[in-house]
Formats: sequence, structure tokens, C-alpha cells
Amino acid sequence: MSQNNTYYHPEDLKKFGNIGEFGPDLAKKFFDYYGSVFADGALSAKEKSLIALAVSHVVQCPYCIDAYTTDTLEKGATEEQLWEAIHVGAAIRGGASLVHSVQALNKVKELGI
Amino acid sequence: MKSLLARGSELSSSKEQFRILSEVSERKALPLFAEKLQESGLFPLFPTGVDILQVNVGKLCNQTCKHCHVDAGPDRKEIMSKETMQECLVALASPKISTLDITGGAPEMNPNFRWFVEEASKLGKKIMVRCNLTIVLAGEKYRDLPEFFAKHKVEVVSSLPYFQKRRTDAQRGEGVFDRSVEALKKLNEVGYGVPGSGIVLNLVYNPGGAFLPGGQSTLESDFKRELKENFGVQFNSLFAITNMPISRFLEFLLESGNLDSYLEKIVTSFNPLAAAGVMCRNTLSVGWDGSLYDCDFNQMLDMQLEGEVTKISDFNQASLDKRKIRLEQHCYGCTAGAGSSCGGSLA
Repeated sequence: MSQNNTYYHPEDLKKFGNIGEFGPDLAKKFFDYYGSVFADGALSAKEKSLIALAVSHVVQCPYCIDAYTTDTLEKGATEEQLWEAIHVGAAIRGGASLVHSVQALNKVKELGI
Repeated sequence: MKSLLARGSELSSSKEQFRILSEVSERKALPLFAEKLQESGLFPLFPTGVDILQVNVGKLCNQTCKHCHVDAGPDRKEIMSKETMQECLVALASPKISTLDITGGAPEMNPNFRWFVEEASKLGKKIMVRCNLTIVLAGEKYRDLPEFFAKHKVEVVSSLPYFQKRRTDAQRGEGVFDRSVEALKKLNEVGYGVPGSGIVLNLVYNPGGAFLPGGQSTLESDFKRELKENFGVQFNSLFAITNMPISRFLEFLLESGNLDSYLEKIVTSFNPLAAAGVMCRNTLSVGWDGSLYDCDFNQMLDMQLEGEVTKISDFNQASLDKRKIRLEQHCYGCTAGAGSSCGGSLA
């Protein structure tokens, strides 16, 4: 399938700032908030970037994965740190499914003789 | 790996490099660097003076790093003569110049390197050497370099792209990381990087790929912690430098398909504060044959100085101060993000 027939285009990542075209006030509030969230604080900007990378995989946002893979490298993260962050996201996602199996377990026991 | 020149690559020609950068800039509708400077009120760009004399004593090197803007390597034979070094020393005597910054290639491979340092030392100037570290272990004649540097209080500035082996070796060659750590230990042994020693060891970080350097102070903390904990190595400061899209890094960008996005990135990351402090404003760059340039990057792109003085033998401070600095698209590399210079971030 050609890239033109997909919903996601890598070029669109650069247009993120344009989301305020029809609603600048809310977009400004979002970007101000976004900027504050990722600034150095109790967590370093690098730690926040690694969290963002993990979350990007959980929400499966290709733009976010592109942006935060680059960002973590720019902030000096090692490849090991990137992959551990991704696995944290995967573990939570997998765990979130598996913990629901308690419901299935309960139902099995409820239905059984 | 051989140099671009030895491989007969078209990229060894500055004309071809300009053609590629210009072609991408037109295709992606990227503004000219001069236009960006104009928006910031900095065009034409004038020097603030000549504080640093940066002398490239040759392209001969014991390494062939993938990002090298000099296209240096063991196959390059261009070497500054003692006569040209003498001309540099005459210029260096100017009271307005505080610092001699010696670079290469591996500058220590120039047979007159030590004589040059000794003579510059007599002038009482600050001396910096861009040492690639592995040269210290490259043979008997280089083994006492740490002691020699210390004797003349030379500030050692050494590239170490990362505090781990994989990324460093990928950029600078197999085994470079281990040898660099060994050389750092030898420098530490004579006092380099040790608080209170009076001799300074600074490291240079540049990204191991098509991305920009992050915050210099955070990177410095990471490097200090990792090198100390894992290898017992100390240093003073870390300089974060952006990879310039020319020469062998341009080759990497082309081959990896990253050229367009990298150029776009450095253009969209233009920082007027960094632009006001670019190193070409207080540095004069001297080529191995005595030709003058605004910086080491312009030197490698054959962009000789504008104005009457084009050779170090004709050094004239007043005339040089009036020159207009030559600019091209690669200059975005020095003004992206926090900015980049031989001394690290600018803003």
C-alpha cells in the first residue's frame, strides 16, 4: 500500500503545531501544559522522555514513537534505557489484560459444579 | 574505512557537497542561512575580534571516524610545515589573541607538533589540543604525550561520543572506546581532570547519529557518573557539539536516508541567541597550507576568508576584524537548539 493510502504520514508530525488553526486558545493551553509537563522537575526531562516513550508504545502512537525515540537519544539515553522503558509499557499493557483474567477465573468458579 | 578522497568519492569535493545541500534546501523550501540571520538582525555577520587562533596542522589521523568533517585518516598526507607554523606563531604574538587551539587530523602526528607547542608556550598563551585519545596508545613516540601536555599546561579537548562502547565504536571505529578509556586513565594519572591540578581535560560529545545533542549539563552529569563508576575516569567539562552535515557525516546522512529530515531539523531548530555567539565571530581558522578561514568547517569546504588577508603570513588584525563572515547552509549546524561550537553549547 502506498503511503498516500494510509492515515498516518511521517510528514504530519511536523504539523502538530497546526492543531490550533481552528481553535488557537485551547491549543495554546494544551501546548503550555505540554511544555510544563516535560520540563525538568522532580523527574528529569530525560526520565520524562523515557516515560513518554513507554506510553507512546502503549497507546501505539507512531508520531509519538518517532518523536520520543529521537528525544530520548538526544537527551543521551542509552539503547538499554529505551528498551527497558518500552518493556515497562508492554508489561503494564500485558498485565492489564492478565489481571482481568481474575474476572474470568471468578466466572469459571461461579459456573462450575 | 578509507577517507572520501582515497575512495574517489564525489563527496570529497566541496562543490558536490554544496550542490547536495542546496538541492535539498530548494526541494524542501528551506530558507537560506543568511535570510535567517537577517531576520535576527545579524546579517551581515561580522567578527567580534580574533581571540582564538585555531590551527589545523594537518589531515593525517590514526582514526577514520564516520562523522569526520575533515575527511581525515591514515591515508591523508596534508601536513602543516614548520615554516607555516612559524607564521602562525608570529600572528599568535598579537596581544589580542589569547588562545591557540591546535586541531587536525590527529595534530600530534605532525612531526613539528611538539616544537609548535613549546614555542607557543613561550608566548604565554593558553594552548588547547584536540586530542583523539587513541593517539596516546598509537606507539612509543606518543606514549609520553600526557606528560608533555602537562608540562606545558596544555588544555586537552578529547572526543568521546558516548560513555558506552557500542555507540562510540560505531562512530569512531572498532576498539576506540576501550583505548580511549585507557588513554583517559593515563591523562588522569598525570593530573588531567583531577580537581586542583591546574590542568584541564574536557571531553566532546557529539550525537551518534542523525539527531541533535541534548542539554549539555545533563549529558555532562551522565558522562561524569558513568565514566567514574565504570572506569574510575575523571574529566572537567563536557562540550556538546552538533554533527555538521558535510563531508563524511553528509555521506552517512545520504546513505541512511536521513539527509532531508536532518537538514529540516537544524533549520527549524535555529536559535538566534546561539547565532549571536557563533565561534567564527571570535576565532580565526588556519589551514595546513596557511590559508585562512572563518572556521574549521568553512576550511573543509574551501570557503577561504573574504577580504584582503587570506594567508596567515599576511596576518593583520585590523583588516581581519572588518571582514564579513562567509555563510552557507551548513552554518545552521552551529545555530540549532542550544547552539554548537568548539567549546560546546552557546545558549
